[in-house]
Amino acid sequence: MSTHLEATPVGGPLLTRPFRWLLALSGIGALLLLWRFLAGLGPVTGLNDGYAWGIWIAFDVVTGTALGCGGYAVAILVYILNKGQYHPLVRPAVLTSALGYSMAGFAIVVDVGRYWWIYRIPLRFWQWNLHSALLEVALCVMAYVIVLWLELSPAFMEKWKEEAPLPILKSLSQTFHPIVNKLMVFIVALGLLLPTMHQSSLGTVMLLAGHKLHALWNTPLIPLLFLVSVIAMGYAVVVLEGSLAAYFFRRRRETEMLGKLSGVMVGVLGLFLVLRAADLLVRGALAKTFTSGWLNFFFWVETALYVAPLVLLASREKRMDPVVQFRAAVLMLLAGTLYRFNSYLVGFNPGEGFAYFPTVPEMFITFGIVALEIMLYIVIVKRFPILAGAPQKA
Amino acid sequence: MTVDRRTALKALAGVGAAAAAGSAASVEARERRTAPPDAIGMLYDATRCIGCKACVVACKEANNLPPEWDRDHLYDAPKDLSASTKNIIRLYAEGDRLSYVKRQCMHCIDPGCVGACMIGALQKREHGVVTWDGDRCIGCRYCQIACPFEVPKFEWNTPIPHIVKCEMCKNRPGKPFQPACCDVCPRGAVVSGKYSELLEEAHRRLGEFPERYEPKVYGEHDGGGTQVLYLSKAGIPFEALGLPDLGEKPVPETAQKIQHGVYQGFIAPAVLYVVLGAVIWRNRKASAAEEVKP
Repeated sequence: MSTHLEATPVGGPLLTRPFRWLLALSGIGALLLLWRFLAGLGPVTGLNDGYAWGIWIAFDVVTGTALGCGGYAVAILVYILNKGQYHPLVRPAVLTSALGYSMAGFAIVVDVGRYWWIYRIPLRFWQWNLHSALLEVALCVMAYVIVLWLELSPAFMEKWKEEAPLPILKSLSQTFHPIVNKLMVFIVALGLLLPTMHQSSLGTVMLLAGHKLHALWNTPLIPLLFLVSVIAMGYAVVVLEGSLAAYFFRRRRETEMLGKLSGVMVGVLGLFLVLRAADLLVRGALAKTFTSGWLNFFFWVETALYVAPLVLLASREKRMDPVVQFRAAVLMLLAGTLYRFNSYLVGFNPGEGFAYFPTVPEMFITFGIVALEIMLYIVIVKRFPILAGAPQKA
Repeated sequence: MTVDRRTALKALAGVGAAAAAGSAASVEARERRTAPPDAIGMLYDATRCIGCKACVVACKEANNLPPEWDRDHLYDAPKDLSASTKNIIRLYAEGDRLSYVKRQCMHCIDPGCVGACMIGALQKREHGVVTWDGDRCIGCRYCQIACPFEVPKFEWNTPIPHIVKCEMCKNRPGKPFQPACCDVCPRGAVVSGKYSELLEEAHRRLGEFPERYEPKVYGEHDGGGTQVLYLSKAGIPFEALGLPDLGEKPVPETAQKIQHGVYQGFIAPAVLYVVLGAVIWRNRKASAAEEVKP
């Protein structure tokens, strides 16, 4: 094995100028959060009894966990389809997943009104409503956050085994590193099972909206559509992250590998589009793509965003072009994001007299959460062995 | 390696088929529910209502709800159901036809909110009345998304919010489960009582005065049935009164069929887990062997 395939810390100073900007953004978010917890949700957000869920759910939780599915998508390739060559992509993908899901969990605490009882959801199993898709999402997401950090823990323990800020961390790492490695098969299998369950259930959740969710998005197939699209998004996240990390941290860009990955993404995306079109056809909703007023605009923008990466990546040659890879990944992520916004907000209509648009403080709380996520990413890749492709020493 | 991949795909396809089969089986299994034997309800007759709003005042009094002032701070003038108003009278105008309509929780027989609630904060408890338990609610507001009638309300302006909705005056001093709104109605436009008797009474009125009414008891079958029943004036469709056309399917049915199908007995997930573990184990061993060879 050549050295550049091994993961190494990026190193370098932490408090760079962009990092300070992120710090400021999350500071603003923290102050706004204080307000939210003192005054309640009403004064801070645009939420109301009709639109009970806003961007904190549609973006931070539903889209945030979808963007956190890089670890899931790559794990399917590496561990199930046995494509070992993608292995260098696993750690960075799992890191973005762990951060994405942790931040989604944090956003839930911010969003729910009576957060002090959240701990009862996993504990009081005798009160569980097993019919509730949201319960399944909640339990799975809680479990998956733990699983992701366990999957990532060797990256930390590899370093702490040698030198740790606290002696206790060192001895703990020495004890648990081999144990976690031995159990990794069970952990990775859980890491594949849980997203399969909750990413589809995130679609099922909106079936209860019934007549309030427009027919363009309301379909019994929604769990499958959510699941397939999230896998395509997962590959796009890995391509995006690989591109950005290579650019900002001057690592060797795995262009060939990302090209092949883009090919896999095209396949999954194609499957999604076939399912989506067939579903509209079978339900007789195809005509509604032209007769639903302003919702048609959102449907067609969503569809165009889904089709665009397919067109961009059509030829093998194009798939190996780093710029095309990057553009296609961004379009794919926008498509999946808009699909989720459409299913949770745009296509949701509680009736006359209700309107929702996120307030500025509401948006800045989301920005703050995203900024915190990016800061944690930077700190972890600079200090721990996550990224492969370090510039080779002469 | 190709063999491994084929095995893996085969196994996954098998799990998928099992899940699909389970799903097909449970589609048959989920039966439509009926009102519990001790069910109580309300019957609202739009032809009798004069819009006096005595019921709105009585509801606030019985449930200790604060007023929602008008602009001049003279009247308690709620515009719609809210965290301070569990019951409201609204006026609908269709051309020159007017009709009042009373809105409050419908106490569905198979409610969307109950199907949604993760941990049973909202449930059908005594008499089939849908009530809220603050000891369980985490304030996720999925009930608000799931209710086709826009009934559960959230207290947006407090850091310690409750979900507020009609609970058929379950805690009314001395008169539990005797809704105050029905007690005060001067025209008998809304009455409470045993669900089965109210349904009978509704059909009796329809039979006796067919020319007065829309030929349907809203809530008998709508959305799987509701314990609050409505009669509308002839020529004024229920949708005009804000009562949506839901068909006869209960709101939670489709989602629950899917959840049941995939998760029945937790078999499909368990099988999938074992298969995933086995495939990973095998692939890992294979690639370890490969690494040793050269």
